[in-house]
Amino acid sequence: MDRDPRWLPEMVVADECFDAISVAELLRPVVDLHRRDPGRLLQILREAQEILGYLPRPALTAIAEALDLPRARVEGVAGFYSFLHLAPVGRYRVLFSDNVTDRMLGSVELMDRLCNRLWVERGKLSEDGLLSVDTTSCTGMCDQGPALLVNGQVLTRLSAERIDRIGELIRAQVAMADWPREWFHVADNIRRRDVLLDARWSAGEAVRAAVVRGRERLLGEMKLSNLRGRGGAGFTTHTKWESARRAASDDAQGRCYVVCNADEGEPGTFKDRVLLASYADLVFDGMSVAGFAIGAAKGLLYLRGEYAWLLPALLENLARRRHNGLLGARVCGQPDWMFDIEVHLGAGAYVCGEETALLESLEGRRGVPRIRPPYPVQEGYQGRPTVVNNVETLCKAALIAVRGGAWFAGLGTKQSTGTKLLSIAGDVASPGVYEYPFGVSVDQVLGDCGAGNAQAVQVSGPSGTCLARHEFARRIAFEDVPTAGAFTVFGAHRDMFEVARNFAHFFAHESCGFCTPCRVGTTLVANCMDKIANGSGSQSDIGEIFRIHRLLHAASHCGLGQAACNPLFDTLSKFRPAYERRLRSLDFAPAFDLDQALSVARRMTGRDDPAAHFGLGAGVQRGEP
Amino acid sequence: MNAASLLLDGLPLPFSPGQTIMEAATVAGIFIPHLCHHPEFKPQGSCKLCTVKANGRYVSACTMPAKDGMEVENNSPDLNDKRRTLLQMLFVEGNHFCPSCEKSGNCLLQALAYELEMLTPHFTQFYPDRPVDASHPDVLLDFNRCVLCELCVRASRDVDRKNVFALSGRGIGKHLIVNAESGRLADTGFSLSDKAAHVCPVGVILEKRQGFKEPIGCRRYDLQPIGMQVGQRPGSEEGC
Ligand SMILES: Cc1cc2nc3c(=O)[nH]c(=O)nc-3n(C[C@H](O)[C@H](O)[C@H](O)COP(=O)(O)O)c2cc1C
Ligand code: SF4
Ligand code: SF4
Ligand code: FES
Repeated sequence: MDRDPRWLPEMVVADECFDAISVAELLRPVVDLHRRDPGRLLQILREAQEILGYLPRPALTAIAEALDLPRARVEGVAGFYSFLHLAPVGRYRVLFSDNVTDRMLGSVELMDRLCNRLWVERGKLSEDGLLSVDTTSCTGMCDQGPALLVNGQVLTRLSAERIDRIGELIRAQVAMADWPREWFHVADNIRRRDVLLDARWSAGEAVRAAVVRGRERLLGEMKLSNLRGRGGAGFTTHTKWESARRAASDDAQGRCYVVCNADEGEPGTFKDRVLLASYADLVFDGMSVAGFAIGAAKGLLYLRGEYAWLLPALLENLARRRHNGLLGARVCGQPDWMFDIEVHLGAGAYVCGEETALLESLEGRRGVPRIRPPYPVQEGYQGRPTVVNNVETLCKAALIAVRGGAWFAGLGTKQSTGTKLLSIAGDVASPGVYEYPFGVSVDQVLGDCGAGNAQAVQVSGPSGTCLARHEFARRIAFEDVPTAGAFTVFGAHRDMFEVARNFAHFFAHESCGFCTPCRVGTTLVANCMDKIANGSGSQSDIGEIFRIHRLLHAASHCGLGQAACNPLFDTLSKFRPAYERRLRSLDFAPAFDLDQALSVARRMTGRDDPAAHFGLGAGVQRGEP
Repeated sequence: MNAASLLLDGLPLPFSPGQTIMEAATVAGIFIPHLCHHPEFKPQGSCKLCTVKANGRYVSACTMPAKDGMEVENNSPDLNDKRRTLLQMLFVEGNHFCPSCEKSGNCLLQALAYELEMLTPHFTQFYPDRPVDASHPDVLLDFNRCVLCELCVRASRDVDRKNVFALSGRGIGKHLIVNAESGRLADTGFSLSDKAAHVCPVGVILEKRQGFKEPIGCRRYDLQPIGMQVGQRPGSEEGC
């Protein structure tokens, strides 16, 4: 099943095209650009791949030598991330976004269409080595899907005609720079604005306001605001900042870090994308405000690989800020404060949104969540106190720096102050980003976005909660239905079993594999769902899903595994008939089908007579004298 | 001042500052099932067999620091049931044919399966395709049995300072690799005298030509179940 990639024959042949000395020469500028810093291994691997097309074995050896790292460690990192390839993937690497919203918009059929046009099998390199077609986890374009990535560039609003045109361009080997520009357009689709999306300030306004208030008063305003993290867990931001500051002050050098979590991997979430695209100054202001509050000299923004298309604009923005004295030595004229921001790119790993896995990835390692305690505020990036905050949280912090904590606390509800951005997609008339004060009811949101006949809403993505119609009076708030932002609507005609099956495969694909329950359990559950989908499921498979759910919830190392069975649990509890009408029997039915297993032999021998079959008909046949 | 102590299955268990629940239990001779834990190495916390309930929350005993007054549940039907399921997962994930395995009787995975009364693998077998590496003159690597505990990784990195082993892949595709471009153990700096050659709790890293020197039936866990060998050094395989 998990074929060891070291032994794939096509890889050995391809690797022979690279000789060690020339590869090392080719990669020298990349490793030098990154100062041969092992902490930048992931960035180096990404850039090496851009040059070579994939990461042949001699390249891993050359990088290991240049960075003075064990080769196995380099290979281990390269083997972890979906967007790094140890075998050739062709000059055009096409990845269809496989979120449930893409599927609802016909992505599966579009992928088949492209594969047929180009004579290529999904997941395999085409025979001429020109291209490969596969799926990837949600690309954050649910409001303008179906979407795909070609060599890391995103194409939205796919249609059959567009797929045919893409096929033609690939076959004619037209460079992507010459493809129609409008295909790459990403719209913001902002549908409802409140205090955050209405804020149109000049760059640095919040940083200057923070400096004027001074550190203590700034922290006081943060406390007053009762801002809670927008990335999912809802931890109080002030407490996090205060702990990091205290931990850093215990140390003579006081080094500490601010990390902006822009991994936005939860399927169905795309609000951070809009903030990074059109409110980047607010994001960087927020990072600087946090840096000022805790006394950090450096901020790191971890941008998911799927959003690499945002990188040039973000880097330009940072250069502008340096030029304008908003970054660098003496920020805003403060003699004792230096602060700069770096952007790191991820490479296709949902788990890297988990804050400690993110830190590992930032340090150039496999994105495996750390053991906690210690927490990042105590020992984070490079073992130093680190504040990790979501993009939206930092934007809110910037607002608070300008307008004060009391103002912010006056919005939303008492326990959930302020506003929340929702990424709304699925069966709605106007998908996009909506900003609401906390406390808004699901019903109202559904009305605003034009969800005609919704049977369910998946709030906060597959890790979140699936609400059925009788729960639509509930409210979006930490004390009722908490959310990291995703709000995916399913009309009455949708099959909730297929929704849950898509989610089960998502978690199996994204499990980092560190701990036993999640590594094996997510695959067992995905297989179970496939078995039910194939019509060989039974009641015992449903019992099995519940049992694995309880185990993963209890024993998984991080939130990914703990939440991996939530969507199955929810849909089984609320949409049971969607499962039961697929069950073959209410007792046990084996996944293994004897007759099916014989099909290969039948094909090879060209037989299809009753004696070549198992089962009822065949039994009768054999019973005859 | 009284020494700090926690309650393990209702009985007081003293511990010294900085100890984990697992360490405190081991000193007292109390068995908490474990696979990736080894007293000589940095805790790893990945197999989750040591899952216990501390103050009502499920935690890993091998990584969770002991706290004064903590109430820990260890030997309960709920926890043992979860551990049994984890063992079943490990069995179906790899290819474990105990009757023909030369580690049989000295294998921690097998011993735990007996201890926790795992009667069948329960789940459908994955039958992964994992080629054996026999390139090294003294040591055979049979990846079929790897449970990804990373003891060899830790031993080679922290004790031997060679970094012969590492993990690659992700999720169910995670697998052990060796430090060579060829992917062969013979092309690494590995030697039989390495610590890493002697820490594998299952039958992956095997010394060649030793296979059945020690007869089955006289091996470590043949003599006494694992639950009664607490505190004895894992890896010290005492035969008949
Ligand atoms: C599997 C997993 C994925 C996560 N992905 C993200 C993410 O993409 N973005 C994010 O901000 N937080 C994510 N989180 C939550 C982070 O661990 C962390 O709580 C958050 O970044 C803290 O920021 P906040 O306090 O501002 O919310 C994820 C958590 C888990 C367990
Ligand atoms: S729960 Fe899953 S993602 Fe999290 S550490 Fe375990 S295997 Fe990795
Ligand atoms: S080879 Fe042995 S010691 Fe190494 S990870 Fe696998 S099971 Fe653990
Ligand atoms: S022994 Fe604790 S997780 Fe493996």
